[in-house]
Amino acid sequence: MGDLIAILPQQLVFGLALGTIYGLIALGYTMVYGVLFMINFAHGEIFMIGAYIGWAVLSALLNLSVGMNPIWVLPVMLLPAMVLCGGLGMGLERFAYRPLYARGATRLGPLISAVGASIFLQNAVMLTQGARMKVYMTNLLFPRNWRFEILGVNISVLLIVMVVISALLMWALVVLVQRTTLGRAIRAVSEDREMAAVMGINVGRVVGMTFFLGSALGGAAGVLIGLYYTQIDFVMGYSAGLKAFTAAVLGGIGNIRGAMLGGLLLGVIESLAVTFINPAFKDVVAFAVLILVLIFRPEGILGETLADRKKV
Amino acid sequence: MLRLDQVVTYYGPIMALDGVSLEVRAGEIVCLLGGNASGKSTTMKTILGIVRPRTGTVEFEGERLDGMATGEIVRRGISLVPEARRIFGRMTVWENLVMGSYVRRNDPKDEIDRDMKRVFALFPRLRERQMQYGGTMSGGEQQMLAIGRALMARPRLLLMDEPSMGLSPAFVDQVFDIIQEINRQGTTILVVEQNATVALSIAHRGYVLQNGRIVITHDAAALLKADEVRRAYLGEE
Repeated sequence: MGDLIAILPQQLVFGLALGTIYGLIALGYTMVYGVLFMINFAHGEIFMIGAYIGWAVLSALLNLSVGMNPIWVLPVMLLPAMVLCGGLGMGLERFAYRPLYARGATRLGPLISAVGASIFLQNAVMLTQGARMKVYMTNLLFPRNWRFEILGVNISVLLIVMVVISALLMWALVVLVQRTTLGRAIRAVSEDREMAAVMGINVGRVVGMTFFLGSALGGAAGVLIGLYYTQIDFVMGYSAGLKAFTAAVLGGIGNIRGAMLGGLLLGVIESLAVTFINPAFKDVVAFAVLILVLIFRPEGILGETLADRKKV
Repeated sequence: MLRLDQVVTYYGPIMALDGVSLEVRAGEIVCLLGGNASGKSTTMKTILGIVRPRTGTVEFEGERLDGMATGEIVRRGISLVPEARRIFGRMTVWENLVMGSYVRRNDPKDEIDRDMKRVFALFPRLRERQMQYGGTMSGGEQQMLAIGRALMARPRLLLMDEPSMGLSPAFVDQVFDIIQEINRQGTTILVVEQNATVALSIAHRGYVLQNGRIVITHDAAALLKADEVRRAYLGEE
């Protein structure tokens, strides 16, 4: 037991770091649910494609041996991943979901279409990029010895960069949603779509922008996870997506702060499971927590913010 | 200013409007009376493009509105104070008013501030509660907010759907005074009401809607005296 307590701080740090990534992906699920009441099951694949885009940019930079200051490499990887993933999310909404819900299909229609899109994207990446995993040359950017120790906890610079970038992106999203015209329009659409239209809001465009924002965050998460785990493959979106979805439900789906909290909590819970039970039981514990939350507090920890509105 | 001509609207297989024709002239307060399920709210929704008419035309200042998206219609100068208020409960009073000015989001900020001041002058209560969430206010305050929000778009035609619903009698009088005040400031108003007495006391003209058809149209004063209206909507034998 004493040994376990000794490694707990280290595991908690890993858990929190992974939790911020879960939170980043969970935001995509929760924002889309907020405006459309649907779970975008292809979101995990958007995350995966983000990781591939980051890998492609990093490889290209290395191959061309561009003399670039390492500080700029990460932004140069993140930017295209976010923009392209955002565009991909918008495209999915426009061509895979909107034709269904605009014609008054049941809520199940877009959901099934999302599962289809998920399979399509996985296979598209497999066929174009090959089924073998790709390797991120992380150690060229963040050498292995860039790490330090605080109170017996070993922390790498990469871990800190990962958490800082996630936190910055989340902060930017919160500011955008709370303070800007677009953010207010997103909240109006998620609260009362018909009244939002009566305010003069182009609801379709706002839904598209919501997909863009959520997917861009998912793409950024893909790059960060690629750097952290150094190996990516075309099925990585499945389990990460499921975990992030769990985090979104845990915090309260539709609630932005809930998604962040749910992500952190899930990361910590997993690290506790790894420490005290068995690393192999990590997923079992994570999903057991999901089931318990669904039984005892189905609206999630922070509650579905919009639970009182009428369903569309 | 606004003209509906032989408008027929369906909800799925159910006909809600059966050839409605009506006209609102600039500067008027026009009142649309009718019982439950007579098609009053559907008329509003058809004007705003929330539901589309199957046949017939809706014209605003000579331009066809039928078939246009709601946002486009609102941008042409029509605002709605919806039935049951439907303010954004998870936004502050201030944010609700800003949402109301969404169609003018590219206007100079001081113009929007000036309109906000105008709304606060009409409803001093809203100024006090600026930072409070809309959903935490009383029904009457929410009604003020819904009217203020609609005014923030600087509409030339204001549609009001049952503004008296769920309000105390004293407050109903206050709301209708404010409707008159808004009209005096130059906004044309089409108001839908079940409370015929109050509505006709401020309106210039009225229409009576029954089963999706206009059955009577007259000056407000004459409608107040008309036997059919007294029987059907004022509850007098």
